[in-house]
Amino acid sequence: MKLTEQQQAILDGEKGETMAKVMKTLVMYGEAFGAETMIPVTSKYNHLVTSFGLGVIAPVYDLMEKLIQAGALSSQQFSADPRPVDKNVPANLLQNLVFDKFMYNKQDYYEGQLQKLGLMEKDAFTCTCYMDEVGNKPEKGDILSWSESSAVVYANSVLGARCNRNSGIMDLMGAIVGCVPYFGLLTDEGRKATWIVKVETSKKPEAQLLGSAIGMKVMEDVPYIVGLDKWLGTELDDAACTYLKDFGAATASNGAVGLYHVENLTPEAKEQKEALLAEDAKTYVIDDAELERVKAGYPIVWKHPNAKPKLCFVGCPHMSLEQLKKWTDNIEARLKKYGNSKVVIPTVFTAAPAVLREFEKTSYADRLRETGVITSYICPLMYMNNPLCANMPVVTSSNKLRTYTTARYFTDSEILTLITRGGRSA
Amino acid sequence: MREFQGRVVTPGTARAEAVVTHGGFNTLASLQKSLQFGDKTAKCNDQNNPDLYGKPLAGYALCLPQTIGSTTGGMVLYCACAMKRQPACMLFANQIDSLAAAGAILADVWLDDVKMPVIDCLGEEFLEYVKDGMMIAIGEDGKVTVE
Repeated sequence: MKLTEQQQAILDGEKGETMAKVMKTLVMYGEAFGAETMIPVTSKYNHLVTSFGLGVIAPVYDLMEKLIQAGALSSQQFSADPRPVDKNVPANLLQNLVFDKFMYNKQDYYEGQLQKLGLMEKDAFTCTCYMDEVGNKPEKGDILSWSESSAVVYANSVLGARCNRNSGIMDLMGAIVGCVPYFGLLTDEGRKATWIVKVETSKKPEAQLLGSAIGMKVMEDVPYIVGLDKWLGTELDDAACTYLKDFGAATASNGAVGLYHVENLTPEAKEQKEALLAEDAKTYVIDDAELERVKAGYPIVWKHPNAKPKLCFVGCPHMSLEQLKKWTDNIEARLKKYGNSKVVIPTVFTAAPAVLREFEKTSYADRLRETGVITSYICPLMYMNNPLCANMPVVTSSNKLRTYTTARYFTDSEILTLITRGGRSA
Repeated sequence: MREFQGRVVTPGTARAEAVVTHGGFNTLASLQKSLQFGDKTAKCNDQNNPDLYGKPLAGYALCLPQTIGSTTGGMVLYCACAMKRQPACMLFANQIDSLAAAGAILADVWLDDVKMPVIDCLGEEFLEYVKDGMMIAIGEDGKVTVE
């Protein structure tokens, strides 16, 4: 790799052994992908995936401590993924004991490390850092050193920024030296689509189901999606952005998609149209039957498959303000229809702290509270990943949460019925 | 016995029994539970991976097309290495992905006493040939011998 004089000097140890190791890490990372140069990071803020003070990942905190001690701090302020625990979320005594004493017993310590390294503000914990209320929204063409698969795919696809699917820790390395190796989704060539996905459904496809189908099919490739503008329109309004947020998270977690283009809707597809297609792009047709086939293939890993759900999570990735308001309207209407006053399954809606603050300023907040739904800033995935919660029959409309935990997936509409009417199935 | 030539991502030698996945290896879904709850054999916990679900991974030659899923993947792999619960080596049929590369490189640069050699670009034929339980030896030059 051809480095600038300044980059070479860091690699040679001019700024100390730790900085040299940071640069060596980035150089090896670039060489693995044939990168010939480094490119400056241009976004205002970074975003890190590692937000949880999980006692057993002490090696991560040891590495962070090495960086702090050596003064190898982030050149950018950053947001980080959601916190793992919130007292508002239902948990029994034993679960609280496990969370506080055994699992996330390093949370305060790790948040202290993040503040030293450059956290934007003390509550900058969300997977949807790009929401207007949070303020970490890169510009089109910005070069990022982000991680968090759902945020990376959103930044690339909806915002037109440029970012590889960086891993936790690697995200911080790029921000420390202020440059990242130039390869993959940072390059024009790497942003070309190698799949044409034709959406031929009879109704608007469920975002997280469509994303799952595409992720499982194309894996890490870039899809160019045709026919979705019929359902989403041609403008990136709140509704379209919310849909694409959930859709992208499913493509990234059920597969490894870092960028998608939607014909007539996403910025590069609007500008470049079919010039974005690589030669010999493969085709995948998605109709109602294909979505049904994908959904039917999800394994049910509950101990008792017919158990009554004990908890429902909506908001992985975190919900938008628009979503919180829409769900409030829908839940009120359905509760009335079914003659219930409160949701019949304990239900948690998760969103960024800054989004929840804005939500609290609206009349919707009291109305949602009245339905019995709890709002929280946590990461449902982190909440679920322990044997006590894993044995609970939890339902969700998040295909990401389904992928990583024992939570069972239902569509938004099915979840709405489950939590307002009750029963064992939608 | 067959030999396959790949590209060295992180160097080293190893000899271990193969464990094979034909679908993408979801690092977080596969390893998180075992790392959290003291399973030194690192049994795969990914319910979506019928090839590996429930099988131990620590000390085995993990043969895979690529890794998929959460961008914590590299960090999880780094922790597995630091906790000595990593595969003996990782052998990729495809070019390595950015998450696995990060995990392997972070371990190589930042951990003094841990080795997890990684070879990629072994080709689809490698993944078609190798089966669970076959003995695998890898050399510093990226040569993979399946016995």
